[in-house]
Amino acid sequence: MNFRIISALVMRYIFLYTRTPMRLVELVFWPMVDLLIWGYLTIYIKENTTGAFPAMISFLLGAMILWDVVFRAQQGVAVSFLEDVWTRNLLNIFVAPVRISEYLTATFAVGILRICVTVVIMCVVALLLYQFNVLVIGWPLMPFLANLLISGWALGMISTALILRWGQAAESLAWAVPFFIQPISAVFYPVGSIRPVWLQNVALAMPTTHVFEGMREVMQKGTFNWQSFSNACLLNLVFMAIAGWIFMSMLSLTKKRGLLTKFATQ
Amino acid sequence: MSTAAEVVLEVRDLTREFDGVTVLDKFSFTLRKGEVLGLLGANGAGKTTAMNMLLGLTTPSSGSITVFGKDLAKHRIEILKRVNFSSAYTALPGNLYVWQNLAVFARIYGVPNAKKKIDELLELLEIGDLRKRVTGQLSAGESTRLNLCKAMLNDPDLLLLDEPTASLDPDIADKVRKVIQRVQKERGIAILYTSHNMKDIEEVCSHLIFLHKGKVVAEGTPEDIVAKSQQSTLEDVFIKIARTGDIEE
Repeated sequence: MNFRIISALVMRYIFLYTRTPMRLVELVFWPMVDLLIWGYLTIYIKENTTGAFPAMISFLLGAMILWDVVFRAQQGVAVSFLEDVWTRNLLNIFVAPVRISEYLTATFAVGILRICVTVVIMCVVALLLYQFNVLVIGWPLMPFLANLLISGWALGMISTALILRWGQAAESLAWAVPFFIQPISAVFYPVGSIRPVWLQNVALAMPTTHVFEGMREVMQKGTFNWQSFSNACLLNLVFMAIAGWIFMSMLSLTKKRGLLTKFATQ
Repeated sequence: MSTAAEVVLEVRDLTREFDGVTVLDKFSFTLRKGEVLGLLGANGAGKTTAMNMLLGLTTPSSGSITVFGKDLAKHRIEILKRVNFSSAYTALPGNLYVWQNLAVFARIYGVPNAKKKIDELLELLEIGDLRKRVTGQLSAGESTRLNLCKAMLNDPDLLLLDEPTASLDPDIADKVRKVIQRVQKERGIAILYTSHNMKDIEEVCSHLIFLHKGKVVAEGTPEDIVAKSQQSTLEDVFIKIARTGDIEE
């Protein structure tokens, strides 16, 4: 992999975001709306329940912020690809000496940049408005964040592969794919709450489920569950391998059917 | 055509089928350093399919493509460093400034002293004043010239131009042709050129291949082809081939 090429591709996205302030709406506005709604809901539930439950409910805010890591990482890959399609620039990239691995790495980096902007702002606002400090999770935050980032990249590759296969008609998948797994990722509730019960086994096959279960344990008991962490790492490896295979297969299929040019010049 | 010149592009028996229909059938040609080969044919003749396979965007059903003596399928990245492409049907991101778009591609191609190179190319194509303009606000003629700037950034040894003067007015089309000819002569670039504008072809191309329904129906210099077909102009030859599929009476 050539770092110069990756940095050139990342530079293009930075130009794009700094040139188009409306992009900030996507990066800041929607996460802020989510944060306000979940924040007020958290306050309401806290004030109207008793026992240990009010303390547990503050996890909702943390979960919301951390789910955004998955979503932003996924968007970094899928929306960056769509930007090239929308601007009819995809062919210029594909006929340049850019390896697929370099292209994907650049979109992964864009995902990290998007997370830096969105999550930092959300964390600060959550602290100021709701006195919720995501850093109370402590050092386990970093390994869990890394896992969420990888899950987002894998979902981004799958989204992009589906768009490659079905063309622009499928571009809404760039926003939809993460939400296919959100209900079974135990983001806002323990995996034991998922019904029907057999679906819990499917949920446990998701790396994100183990991250959110582990995070809840850190916040509730203050203990780092190594089993959850290693399960998340292992499943992420499998997820990345499957996502990479799907992406390469779809790209190959698109080239075999001669669809890449049609798709890129529509 | 000089046989001594270095072979830049060699295509042998290139075939492409889509759903049982052969859109390009055993297409073969050789392009040498300093030559400009025009690829002509009516819509659906197979030009775009051929161009896409030469760029590695479409996988051939069979046949081989060798660029600079190397198999394209195996050495794609190495080859693409010395190749570039411009098409009327692609664009650079419209929301970036002209200089930003060129800076990104200069970095991708590893152009040394990129700022100087970008300024030189913008001046060469007479769009030096557009450096700080937003790409999406350029006219069709300005966008085409910007695409050509991008295509010349890496001083390519092989340039693939897909209808570079489409949608341009005669004045700008003439300027674009002159620049292509000038750069081609100065650097001895091999160019593969597709166009429906016969004036382009007559002025720029040293050698032509006419395709019809995926098959080569005529090959030679523009003058040879016109003489052989007993037509008076290249445009008449084009129409005759498009309607009858053959060059001869």
